[in-house]
Amino acid sequence: MNRRDLLAGLTAIGGLATGSLLLPAGARGAGRPVRIAIVAKSLGNGFFNAVHLGGDQAAAAIASAGGNRIEVIFTGPTNTAAENQIDVINALIAQHVDAIAISANDPDALVPSCKRAMQRGIKVMAYDSSVAKEGRILYLADATDQQAGDACLDLAADACSGHGKVAILSATATSTNQNSWIAAMKADLPKHPGLDLVTVVYGDDLSDKSYREATALLQKYPDLAVIIAPSTVAITAAAKAVDDAGKTGKVFVTGLGLPSECAGAVEKGTIKSFAIWNPVDIGYAVVEIANTLVAGKGGPGSSITAGKLGPIAFDADGNGTLGKPTTYDKSDIAAAAKLF
Amino acid sequence: MSDVSLSARSKARVTRRPWHALVRWETLLVLAILVDFAINAHASPYFLDPWTLSDVTVSVAEKAVVALAMAFLVMAGEIDISVGGIIALASVSMGLVARAGLPLPLVVASGIATGLLAGCVNGALVTIGRVPSIVATIGTMTLFRGIAYAVLGDGVLKTYPPGFAWLGQGSVAGPVSFELVLFVALAAVAIVLRHATAFGRRVVATGSNPEASRMSGIATDRLRFALFVAVGTAAGLASVLLTSRLGSTRPSIAQGWELEIITMVILGGVAIEGGIGTIPGVVLAAILMGLVTFGLGLLNVPGIVMSVVTGTMLIVVVAVPAALRRYGGGRQ
Repeated sequence: MNRRDLLAGLTAIGGLATGSLLLPAGARGAGRPVRIAIVAKSLGNGFFNAVHLGGDQAAAAIASAGGNRIEVIFTGPTNTAAENQIDVINALIAQHVDAIAISANDPDALVPSCKRAMQRGIKVMAYDSSVAKEGRILYLADATDQQAGDACLDLAADACSGHGKVAILSATATSTNQNSWIAAMKADLPKHPGLDLVTVVYGDDLSDKSYREATALLQKYPDLAVIIAPSTVAITAAAKAVDDAGKTGKVFVTGLGLPSECAGAVEKGTIKSFAIWNPVDIGYAVVEIANTLVAGKGGPGSSITAGKLGPIAFDADGNGTLGKPTTYDKSDIAAAAKLF
Repeated sequence: MSDVSLSARSKARVTRRPWHALVRWETLLVLAILVDFAINAHASPYFLDPWTLSDVTVSVAEKAVVALAMAFLVMAGEIDISVGGIIALASVSMGLVARAGLPLPLVVASGIATGLLAGCVNGALVTIGRVPSIVATIGTMTLFRGIAYAVLGDGVLKTYPPGFAWLGQGSVAGPVSFELVLFVALAAVAIVLRHATAFGRRVVATGSNPEASRMSGIATDRLRFALFVAVGTAAGLASVLLTSRLGSTRPSIAQGWELEIITMVILGGVAIEGGIGTIPGVVLAAILMGLVTFGLGLLNVPGIVMSVVTGTMLIVVVAVPAALRRYGGGRQ
């Protein structure tokens, strides 16, 4: 046996072994807890970390109120590809979790694997971004598309005093949420006759691409007044692009973003105000609802009490809404940034 | 490192009989698979379940089908970066054919035919246009996906005929999926082609010394063209399986697959500079990658860690032999 090849092999095996052995051995304890998986669109996004935080809070609240012991599994793919989210669901099916709550990267491509999860007795619900109706029991929307679109457009009108050219910097061209908000914004434009929507561009929810798209907007439309970015990645990238171009005070950025990520731009004045629903509340509601479903209660056409958040009504198609987004500006950004 | 001072005898042995090192490379892959299997079984109570193991195959079979063809191309000294784009384009063409209401065989045929045509474009660019394959296929990668986006935009095609879902989601018997059976069959064909035919030897010869191969009567351009077509066709087939599994088409599918497919090929012991490689190695690498990523998934390890593990595996495989070659003779 040649020592060199042996060494190469041992290094490879060693790498694998340490990679796997250092990890916790999953849940195997006595008195199995209810396991609820919260699947993010992609990891490394502050929004979903806040959802996870809310989920843990709900689990603690339910346990201290004498309910089920709940284990929240927070997972997701590294990028926003639907195939990777399918792999995540397959892994959760194999672990026989009790419920899966997913923010879908693609409403259609996830249907077959979500259906398979339901066939194996797992309660599947969607939050934030839905799976098509046949792939889930319930969908908890952050806000109605109309509420989100209205909020963005009102903020834009507010930033440029009602008159000016507006461009939208969105996530991916296939993002369910962003597309419906943009549709709502377009439908709402007649309410703001001074606003001129010049274009919609896509930064794919990647910081570098969003930054490049925003820079291109500034060059292409020198008299642009507002960039609406309905994604936390896009809004921070756009604010950075405007600031780097020295256009702070001339071009305003607004849209939907996380307070912690937008705080700097709000202090600088690149962002006057922006909106977001509270992701901690979403996570809280998700775990309360999933726990109710696991208990065999609730479903389309019912109202589910989400602990301290009160009852949430679901229509016959299983759609429910958490509420209208909250607006943040210089006055309250610091406090919110500490939370999420 | 203790192995820097290798004896001259073992150095000579490696140089004289390169297949020896390759046989051992596969032994090491088998060993790594067994170790990872044991770790997975120990770490997760859910791993040793036929349905779970069946899920492992589904997550790699589509990429592995393309990796089989890609192995031949890399052995011949070329590469195709455009496979992800081909998969997206083939999926869009299937979606359009299905929307037109045509029957199942035509839907499948259109996907495979699109892959074949895309392979012809790549092959023509490299053999007729004389563009280096990495440059040509970086171009067509964007081109193919660009066409898919131009046709579909942010739309979706999901009116597939009944029965189509079986290809990517169905099973032949119990937990044995159709994808797995298809992969095993194709792997058998690839092993015979590579290791028991003159074609296989010509591929390797072309990769290790194109000029000498041409002078000794191998039609190297025709061979390379055929290999690009084979990779394109395999990507078309993978597109059929993936589209069926997703039940829908969007132009963003199979993003980044080219890297995972090429990782399988390199991890399988195929030399990126061409001329060396075996098909069993690639098959083992596909199994290993499937087990590692699925095993980590079962433990809910975030995808970021999985990328780190896959990246580390690749670096170990590519860098360690290269470093060893520098310090003490070489595998070649």
